[in-house]
Amino acid sequence: MNRPVEADPQEEPVQDGHYNLRLYVAGQTPKSITALANLKTICEEHLAGRYRIEVIDLLQQPQLAAGDQILAVPTLVRRLPEPLKRIIGNLSDRERVLVGLDLRPDGAP
Amino acid sequence: MNVEKIPQAEDSAQTLAKARTGISGLDEVTFGGLPAGRPTLICGGAGCGKTVIAATFLVNGAVMFDEPGVFMSFEESSADLIRNLASLGYDLAALVKQKKIAMDFVRVERSEIEESGEYDLEGLFVRLGYAIKSVGAKRVVLDTLEVLFAGLGDTQILRAELRRLFAWLKDQNVSAIVTAEQGTGALTRYGLEEYVSDCVLFLDNRVENQITTRRLRVVKYRGSVHGTNEYPFLIDAEGITVLPVTSAGLEHTASDVVISTGVPGLNQMLGVGGFYCGTSVLVTGTAGTGKTSLAAHFVDSVCARGERCLYFAFEESPAQIIRNMRSIGLDLQPRIDAGLLKFEAARPSLFGLEMHLARMYREIEGFAPAAAVLDPISALRGESGDVHSMLLRVIDLLKRRGITAFLTNLLAPEGMDHADAGVSSLMDTWVSLVQLESNGERNRGIYVLKSRGMNHSNQIREYQLTSEGVKLVDAYLGSAGVLTGSARVTQEAADAASVMRHTQETERRRREIQRKRDSLERRISELRASLESEEEEARKALEDDQELERRMQAQRQAMAVLRGGPAS
Repeated sequence: MNRPVEADPQEEPVQDGHYNLRLYVAGQTPKSITALANLKTICEEHLAGRYRIEVIDLLQQPQLAAGDQILAVPTLVRRLPEPLKRIIGNLSDRERVLVGLDLRPDGAP
Repeated sequence: MNVEKIPQAEDSAQTLAKARTGISGLDEVTFGGLPAGRPTLICGGAGCGKTVIAATFLVNGAVMFDEPGVFMSFEESSADLIRNLASLGYDLAALVKQKKIAMDFVRVERSEIEESGEYDLEGLFVRLGYAIKSVGAKRVVLDTLEVLFAGLGDTQILRAELRRLFAWLKDQNVSAIVTAEQGTGALTRYGLEEYVSDCVLFLDNRVENQITTRRLRVVKYRGSVHGTNEYPFLIDAEGITVLPVTSAGLEHTASDVVISTGVPGLNQMLGVGGFYCGTSVLVTGTAGTGKTSLAAHFVDSVCARGERCLYFAFEESPAQIIRNMRSIGLDLQPRIDAGLLKFEAARPSLFGLEMHLARMYREIEGFAPAAAVLDPISALRGESGDVHSMLLRVIDLLKRRGITAFLTNLLAPEGMDHADAGVSSLMDTWVSLVQLESNGERNRGIYVLKSRGMNHSNQIREYQLTSEGVKLVDAYLGSAGVLTGSARVTQEAADAASVMRHTQETERRRREIQRKRDSLERRISELRASLESEEEEARKALEDDQELERRMQAQRQAMAVLRGGPAS
């Protein structure tokens, strides 16, 4: 599995406006590959330079599923900034992802 | 646990493996438990006990059958669950620590989840699979899966995933319980029953006359026979009890063993010296006729045989009964201390009839008595048909176990009403206590109305509640009929007087004859004396004559000598 960011986000100093994202997948399914690709595109466009993506494959680390209340896969969890947000699906609906990550300025179309 | 012998149980066990629930009664109703390695759906309205039954299935599995389990909750957090189930005596926290149960709380909050594009529920599968592996689970509970419908928007995906989930559960070879809320016009709100085709239990919590009764029904059970009725069940501090009621119990054996009634006079009236063991006895009477006293005598007699007796009191507290019975010279406390007697007191209005039945069932199962007393059955209120059916079940329940049933029934002063007549036909022995009112006083009368298989007395006997217990008094039987109380005493006195008069008369006659005999004998001896004196006189006269003759002859000789003639 491709791991763009290797560092443990919890040990990173909290920076204002920094996005700490986790993508939970279950194996290399078309859905998970699409989701990661979609996520990268969105982050590059809106959060260039201030995001970190951690991909967790539940088939390899099933014990992590309960901790973040993962039910559906793929699930994108925004761990930082607070509050915690969850977006499920392959992230093909850009608008919903932006809403979920609070990246849409209020009132914008 | 006491499992009844069920003819089909072994056959079906061969065709279908079952996971025993360990819930008293439920294993009987399902003939051995829930389908092993397959999912079971438990549905019902809010608060009907779905979670409790599911949790009991898990806990019993872990504790009794060495089958670890996974509790996946969608509604309550693990901490809440542990706390709530502690009230039933389940120590889930300890079981989790011992790796016998794994708990996972799946929180699904619609507002926290944004959906974007396709997804599946593999995360749930992973979590469940991980939990199953971590304890080597054989049993799984999903409580309540339907929360997913509220939490996730795409029902099409959800339904496809649920179908996959149930297939997956079967592949895992775990016995699963899935709970679901009751829907309007359907078993479950989201039609989960279409995915679970093996076994469906339906729970119900009905309120009738302000009394709640829980009921359980096996809607379907593929590949197995099962009871089809609604079975009342009970949830309390001692766990769950399902009452596997069957009314078709006429297979009980008949015993020749006789248990004394505890009242010698009554034993005598019954012909065989008491009640047959395992029969049902009804004692009816108006208020204050001593039904409870008679019951206490019976209880004491059962305990004296060294056998256990269970006393269901519906109107008096145990302490009150014990105190009252001391007044007739019966001390039941030592019997309780010896573990032979157990009181179960509950107001009839506290539970519904079914609930009472379920409680009785549990007590009977647990205590395994030789005799049970229900005092009084008239306290059980409800539709007369319901009361009748409940009593029928109680009697069947007791008969099947060979337990002698002793039921008392309070009659209205006017006489018997409908329900009594219905119940009485179920009874083997019916002893009636009556108030005999006459001459301005009431006296107690006892008679055996019927007693199957006994040549019983058909006499009404008077009885008294004395400080030495119930005493039957010899009835006055005479030309004036049966008399009781002071009338009996009066009549007895009159009878005694008449007997005395008769005796005196006889004595007088005897003396008269004696007197006559004496006078006659006196006269006989007088006559004899006079005869003797006459005889004496006659003899004397004869002697005189002879003397005279002798003298004259001597004179003649002397004369001849003088004349010189020859002596003659």
